[in-house]
Amino acid sequence: MRISPDGTILIYSKGPEIGQGIKTAFPLIIAEELDADWTQVHVQQAAINPVVYGRQSAGGSRSIPASWDQLRTAGAAARSMLIAAAAREWRVPVEQCQAEKSIVIHPGSGRQLSYGALAEKAATLPVPDEKSLRLKERKDYKLLGTRVSGVDNRAIVTGQPLFGIDQVLPNMRYAIFEKCPAVGGKVKSANLDEIKKLPGILDAFVIQGTGKVNEVMPGVAIIANSTWAAFSAKRALKITWDETAASTDSWSDWIAQAQELSRKEGSTSLLSTGDFNKAAADAKFVEGYYRYPFVAHAPLEPQNCTAWFHDGVIELWAPTQTPEAGLAAVAGVLGMPQEKVVVHQVRAGGGFGRRLINDFMCEAAAIARQVGTPIKLTWTREDDQLHDFYRVGGFHAFKGAIDKSGKLVGWSDHFITFTADGQQPTSGGDLRPDEFPAQLLPHVHLTQTMLSLKTPTGPWRAPRSCSIAFAIQSFIHECAIVAGRDHLEFLLEIFGEPRWLKEGDPYALNTARAAAVIKLAAKQAGWGKALPKGRGLGLAFHFSHAGHFAQVAEVSVDANKKLRVHKVTVAGDIGPIINLSGAENQVEGCVIDGFSTALGLELDIKNGRIQQTNFDSYPLLRIAHAPEVAVHFIQSDYTPTGVGEPAFPPVAPAICNAIYNATGHRVRSLPLSGEGFNV
Amino acid sequence: MKLTINGKEHTVADSESATPLLWVLRDHLGLVGAKYGCGVAQCGACTVHLNGTPVRSCVTPAAAAAGKAITTIEGLGNAKGQLHVLQEVWIEQDVAQCGYCQAGQIMSAAALLKQNPKPTDADIDSALSGNLCRCGTYIRIRKAIHTAAARLNGGTAV
Ligand code: FES
Ligand code: FES
Repeated sequence: MRISPDGTILIYSKGPEIGQGIKTAFPLIIAEELDADWTQVHVQQAAINPVVYGRQSAGGSRSIPASWDQLRTAGAAARSMLIAAAAREWRVPVEQCQAEKSIVIHPGSGRQLSYGALAEKAATLPVPDEKSLRLKERKDYKLLGTRVSGVDNRAIVTGQPLFGIDQVLPNMRYAIFEKCPAVGGKVKSANLDEIKKLPGILDAFVIQGTGKVNEVMPGVAIIANSTWAAFSAKRALKITWDETAASTDSWSDWIAQAQELSRKEGSTSLLSTGDFNKAAADAKFVEGYYRYPFVAHAPLEPQNCTAWFHDGVIELWAPTQTPEAGLAAVAGVLGMPQEKVVVHQVRAGGGFGRRLINDFMCEAAAIARQVGTPIKLTWTREDDQLHDFYRVGGFHAFKGAIDKSGKLVGWSDHFITFTADGQQPTSGGDLRPDEFPAQLLPHVHLTQTMLSLKTPTGPWRAPRSCSIAFAIQSFIHECAIVAGRDHLEFLLEIFGEPRWLKEGDPYALNTARAAAVIKLAAKQAGWGKALPKGRGLGLAFHFSHAGHFAQVAEVSVDANKKLRVHKVTVAGDIGPIINLSGAENQVEGCVIDGFSTALGLELDIKNGRIQQTNFDSYPLLRIAHAPEVAVHFIQSDYTPTGVGEPAFPPVAPAICNAIYNATGHRVRSLPLSGEGFNV
Repeated sequence: MKLTINGKEHTVADSESATPLLWVLRDHLGLVGAKYGCGVAQCGACTVHLNGTPVRSCVTPAAAAAGKAITTIEGLGNAKGQLHVLQEVWIEQDVAQCGYCQAGQIMSAAALLKQNPKPTDADIDSALSGNLCRCGTYIRIRKAIHTAAARLNGGTAV
């Protein structure tokens, strides 16, 4: 940070801003411990320098927990230096001074000095030992926990060039890169001569690439003097692909194979505790077969990257979630030392996990090296849909066992997922043995079968949990129905005694926090209230990314399966809230994303090709169908954790459970539109 | 070809007459507030006004805008640099997440308020039905439009 004589405080925000609000949250933490006047704070995106900043990436909702102590300490250290400078000036002990809103005060004499006046002197003092710093207690916070408007909001609403796609460099050219729609296809031939003659086209060439999906796949680059010239030439481009090694994946084939497999046990055991079969033998027995589809990330800003290769250095302006990893990937692809790669952080128009993988940076780098002038690579929406690292689809054949007292005692799941390498589940397609509720029940039997795939997959908002929660939390409701019990009571009973499954580990379930958010969501939503016919409340809980979240959806469904989600009540515990406005915005966004995805999003894959290439066939939710969202946080004193992801997983099961309660129709496969529902 | 954008006249090569207005604004004139999201009139990120009416600039040939008053998000405030009330409320109520769709949302909202100063929820839903927000800020968008409308009508903020 930098404090100027006029009192302005410039704080560098170290990590990528992708819409999760971190460019406001990070400086806010520093400003709190600094006792800064927030109206004087300016924020700039930091350069990539892990030696100075530590972790500089956005993923796993980890930005806050991973940086909390570091940022608080930074703010407190600066504050103590400013106080020390004032104390020296006044020749009084530091203990007699205090700070408030960018001013150091000596209450005994009424003297005051502003941070601006003190900054120069303070900067010459030694940086205090971390252990000597006293961090604030939550009750003393002035900024944290309040609603603060995002630091880029003014630039956003006035259309300033903030985003990756807005970057312009002198003498810049515009590029597109066309790859095989079935992953793994290689360029056999292309009408390059024809393309080069088109208006505004400067060059067209084949790039063989590294053959790795997360780097550069084979394709054709077109260089033009405008984006539109490049897009137009792309349409005239005719490439003959060698598809010998290309994907022939088929979603409908997989659905049929999984259905067949679901009748048997899985080939690998993931977890076996107690004796499920014995438990099931003298219990009420429930079965349910669930399915969820592949989906795309579809950030509204398509992948893009501006790159300039000059003087043996490559500079990139990249809307990425992982600038450090992108830097390393580019160095590897170009065979350059990492010191010769410079990555500039730019605001990203949505992330959702897509920009954890930096294929677009590698492509831009490869093109820039060949072209020599700066280039901006822009993917079309179609490119973005066709070349994603998709959220993987999956299938669960569940069995539940309910004992005589109506308690869930046995849980069995044959999970049918996918593998790219024949060994491990593909990214985002693993079922962890500690996934709720397996670790809480006495008799558990989890098995797995993997179908092979070539379609690239990757982390998608709340990876694993984003899809698994639908199946698990719906099936728990099914069990509650068979047990003849109230869902709320049945669910709470699963948690048993209040305990933290791994004391001190924020990524381990805490049953007390879980029960508290479930009870709060139920209470706030009026659980148990009388509702007219065709209207229902549905409950779901999920723990992921260190966040305990419970939701109650209120829906109505008419005879034509017209669905209205009226309201979703959310209760969450992620510890103390940093920026209340930002946190509420993330939860509202999670609910809308959760409904949007559950309602209408599904990718069909035919002969290795994704069929939904733009928003006409990939219908994101529109404003008219956005439900009311009520957000309730339990601000506990645990270490604060992230909120961009954990509010997502309970949405779909809460809505589906509400549909059951409204209509008696059990939704076992998503999207809802595939089951005949409409809005 | 002459284009009047935010009250200022710009000359653009006739060879660009078929180029969508979006790309003329972004690549030729350096006005990047209008965004590319889909290119097929599905997302509304590229929304600008032609004579006060919202259009999707990704499917509007530049020539179709010649002779009309083009307003982009950069010119929505007044000539003195004062923000439009929608922009003010958008900041106060912290509407944006990633922010990529918001210029388009605000342009659609501004056109709505001009012809309907007291929109209902249903009016807002229909006027903004062409604007996707992948981040899901719809609830805040609706509230911000109501607040701006109240302020324009001299009432108190909602
Ligand atoms: S870019 Fe014009 S509507 Fe999507
Ligand atoms: S704020 Fe990200 S798309 Fe709307």
